[in-house]
Amino acid sequence: MTAGPDTEHEPTQDRWATALQEIASARWTVAVGAVVLAVLVGSVMIAFTDEGVQEASVYFFSRPSDTFAALGDAIGGAYSALFRGSVYNNRAETFAQAIRPLTETLNYATPLIAAGLGVAVAFRAGLFNIGGQGQMLLAAAAAGWVGFGVKGLPFPLHLLLALVAGIAAGAVWAGIAGLLKARTGAHEVIVTIMLNYVGFYLVFYMLSTPGLLRAPGSANPKTPPTAESAQLPHLVGERFTLHWGFVLALLAVVGVWWLLNRSSLGFQFRAVGQNPRAARVAGIDVPRATTIAMLFAGGLVGLAGASQVLGSVTNGFSSDIDAGIGFDAITVALLGGSGPWGVLAAGILFGAFKAGGSTMQVSEGVPDEIVLVVQSLIVLFIAAPPLVRAIFRLPHPGTRKRPGAGDRRRAAKKKEVTA
Amino acid sequence: MTAATVEAPKAPEAENRRIAPVSWKSAVTLGVVTALFAVLLLVAPHAGDARFALSTSGDFFIIPVIVVPAMGTAWGCLVLAALAAVGAGLFTARGLRTPAWVPGVAAFAILLGFLSWAAAGSPRDLSIVGLLSGAVLLSVPLVYGALGGVLSERAGIVNIAIEGQLLAGAFTAAIVGSLTDSPYAGALAAVLAGMLVSLVLGLFTITYHVNQVIVGVVLNVLVIGLTSFLYSQVLVPDAATLNTTTRFPRVGIPLLENIPVIGPVLFDQTIIVYLMFVAVGLVWFALFRTRWGLRVRAVGEHPLAADTVGIDVVRTRYNALLWAGAVAGLGGAFYTVVSLSQFNREMTAGAGFIALAAVIFGKWHPVRAALAGLLFGFASNLQSVLSVVGSPVPSQFMLMVPYVVTILAVAGLVGRSRPPAAEGIPYVKG
Repeated sequence: MTAGPDTEHEPTQDRWATALQEIASARWTVAVGAVVLAVLVGSVMIAFTDEGVQEASVYFFSRPSDTFAALGDAIGGAYSALFRGSVYNNRAETFAQAIRPLTETLNYATPLIAAGLGVAVAFRAGLFNIGGQGQMLLAAAAAGWVGFGVKGLPFPLHLLLALVAGIAAGAVWAGIAGLLKARTGAHEVIVTIMLNYVGFYLVFYMLSTPGLLRAPGSANPKTPPTAESAQLPHLVGERFTLHWGFVLALLAVVGVWWLLNRSSLGFQFRAVGQNPRAARVAGIDVPRATTIAMLFAGGLVGLAGASQVLGSVTNGFSSDIDAGIGFDAITVALLGGSGPWGVLAAGILFGAFKAGGSTMQVSEGVPDEIVLVVQSLIVLFIAAPPLVRAIFRLPHPGTRKRPGAGDRRRAAKKKEVTA
Repeated sequence: MTAATVEAPKAPEAENRRIAPVSWKSAVTLGVVTALFAVLLLVAPHAGDARFALSTSGDFFIIPVIVVPAMGTAWGCLVLAALAAVGAGLFTARGLRTPAWVPGVAAFAILLGFLSWAAAGSPRDLSIVGLLSGAVLLSVPLVYGALGGVLSERAGIVNIAIEGQLLAGAFTAAIVGSLTDSPYAGALAAVLAGMLVSLVLGLFTITYHVNQVIVGVVLNVLVIGLTSFLYSQVLVPDAATLNTTTRFPRVGIPLLENIPVIGPVLFDQTIIVYLMFVAVGLVWFALFRTRWGLRVRAVGEHPLAADTVGIDVVRTRYNALLWAGAVAGLGGAFYTVVSLSQFNREMTAGAGFIALAAVIFGKWHPVRAALAGLLFGFASNLQSVLSVVGSPVPSQFMLMVPYVVTILAVAGLVGRSRPPAAEGIPYVKG
């Protein structure tokens, strides 16, 4: 994942070749390659499990064209359904209906971006936040409780209070892991995984106990609907589900960019993430930075949880409100290279996968778990650039090795992969 | 050699956290737990008798149902636990280490007191045999998974993918077991599936030096996605031939199975359970008494040093990782050829993460990790048994116990839990 070839050491190559090589060895080329590879593997899986293809392949040697036609049908059908469900529905009658999938994509992307930012901030500080599920659940519980439990507040105030409650709950839940890491050295991966389960059972207990989160008179562990005054308003009209949570996610992207690249706190995070020893020598309070980084991370994941409860699922929620977003956020952050803009792009891509996946399931009968497979493959390939380069025969950045340069580069790469 | 590999094994905070030779932690922890139990008894007293059933019909002799006054027993146990806490305090005050039996006695007393408090006034007998044998069954995938975790982590590879290995094992065992109608073939296939997940983990972490935690997390998602996809596309339409296994029969060991309490718990089980106990011993022996184990541990603690004396680090890590996958995969077979006779979507339900917790709680030692797995199995079975008896503790809090215990363990409240030094660090040959 090094930035690019050292051009000054390749004077023999002319400018175009250098430019080409720069493109071919750039980080985003690997990202595109990874997406292409993962989609290809997904196609193979769709093809192998499609009944039409199986039937046609029985007589493959007498009439191979049938098999290929069935293959095209299965794969083309699945991916065109994915496109119809996520970007533009060419079968719709009005423009508003045709564009609706795009707003759905952005709607799905909202919590992914926010939670992805949470994971990314932690990554930059050298922390691996696997606790997105627990943080989202706690945030949803807190925001939801304010959202339906507090009565008599006017619209923007109530909404604001609910948002703050959600963000604070997420921050506290992640902060436990940060504090334990800072004070006792407890590994944050283990603590956040365990806090996921503790959070789940805690929220489930509150959901199944009347008087806490459970809707009065309800037989199911489900909350009452969010009050009108605490709901995020629709962004582009009543007919679309897209709400102001998306704008909040965009603001969070800008905020995280500023935090990481322009503030001294963000500098401390990155310094600690790169090398905690050097950071300590430079006078940075490492335990404090660790704890604050986790608080920020949890707050961002909390924003995702709050925007779910206050925007997308306003008619009451149950213990599956996190919808796997806590784990998707890890893949989003990895695909986005742990930078705010990358997370934005990756979040929208995975949002499209989610929106399109359900269309694919309904219209083509392809189970939407295929999306999970494709997503995880993307991240696997992204994480191993040498593998993608080998498959596509892309040049390795800085192929010409100077003595000693390889070691340093490898060390740098290791840092990046570890961070 | 790169500088990072040499320096990284030491945690930066290591110097700050050096604990005093005798720590007050165990005494304080015992005191706090005892006090909490006392508060529970004071706040929510439970009148009535607790009934414990100890025998099953096949035993040599029948122990009658034991009926004790609940609150009296609970208070008695509390006094015992308090004595243990004071004892631990005395040991610490004299600068002596608290012997392991002191917290053991306290834990047993509090457990017994808690059981009699929880079962008080219930018309049903609390079956100790059911409690224990259910615990053994529930802990089977945990113990196998924990052994797999110990094997790979001792070689320096963080194994977050235990969940994926269990699930892959369960899935293949279901398919192969159904097709061949033989649970043995199913179990064998599960072993291979676990190894396959390990191989992918090894390819990315050992060969391509990708962060091990990331690969582990992603592999779990991948296996969940793959098995769920194939389940609804392939298994569901053809469930009769592809998803109906024959289960392992229970094989009682003659004579031993008739001993009251421990007979039905330990000696009337399926071969997978017996194999589990054997596996614990084998992994311990392999890791601590063979040349192979010495090499594995060397590679996990200090790969550079191991490399210097001629140990092939990459090979050794692959080797340990494949064994780990085999063991964890076999644990996955438990779901589809022992416990149930079919595969369901995401049926491991986080057992891999509890197994990981058992690895840490067991301090990366196979026997302790297996005991931790049994403890966690016991905790989750206690929850279901108590809900039958009608316990006042919400089941969700009982289900939380393994996770809270693990957090306390990694935070150092239950003794330091130190991972192998080179864990999580890719080895780049210089």
